[in-house]
Amino acid sequence: MTTTTDVTTQVYRVYINAPAQKIWDTITTPEWNRRYGYGAPQFYELKPGGAYRATASDAMNDYHRAHGLPELDTIGDGEILECDPPRRLVQTWRMLMDPTTAAEPFTTLTYEIAEVPAQPGVHRLTVVHDVTGAPATAALTGGSLEDTGAGGGWPWVLSDLKSLIETGKGFTA
Amino acid sequence: MTDDDRVFKALADPTRRFLLDLLFARDGRTLTELESELEMTRFGVMKHLKVLEEAALVVARKRGREKVHFLNPVPIRLIHDRWIDKFTEQHAAALADLKRELEESP
Repeated sequence: MTTTTDVTTQVYRVYINAPAQKIWDTITTPEWNRRYGYGAPQFYELKPGGAYRATASDAMNDYHRAHGLPELDTIGDGEILECDPPRRLVQTWRMLMDPTTAAEPFTTLTYEIAEVPAQPGVHRLTVVHDVTGAPATAALTGGSLEDTGAGGGWPWVLSDLKSLIETGKGFTA
Repeated sequence: MTDDDRVFKALADPTRRFLLDLLFARDGRTLTELESELEMTRFGVMKHLKVLEEAALVVARKRGREKVHFLNPVPIRLIHDRWIDKFTEQHAAALADLKRELEESP
């Protein structure tokens, strides 16, 4: 997590009692990735150079309609840099909902899924988010804006993802 | 030992909490950098870091030839999410804010 401006990498890890392919699918398919965290369906073109696109969640769309705001479409975008299913995914990542984060450079996001030899069946998901030059994005993903209603960033998303996979129920879905 | 047991065991030591405080203030530090902040042998600091890594409160990653340590808040979040629901959260956060404010005012 980031508390000073010179820190540019966030590292998060969670242990999940599930096969690697299940964890991979939960991250990369909109059927699953809409069911935890921010609830935004995310679409992956899973090959190097492929597109990444996050679209507004139902809750975000309802809020915009209720307040007479314009329809939301793409709320985040990026490009796939490396794809080695179900082990490793590297992509660029930018959040477009907020004008400050939208103006920042693309960040680099790495997902690693590894076996835990001591605990058969358990896999270790590590998320490395390089937020160099993107302090507003870092504040959002680090969770320090949670009190303002911006969600709890990666710690919150990964806790919810673990709940969804292990119990079939997330906090939001 | 369960994951929770490892987290509580790791947090039940002032030196290990101090190491987490150091990483909270500035993340991504080497063993040498962390050691310089403590009156303790290198071996002692390594032992504490190992307990923190086993609880996943610290994640060590290679950066070039160095090994750097990051604070991982997810295990604490899991404990939070287990006992504090969305309704209670607002009250708990308000009380925590009040305590901080009262204790910080002169």
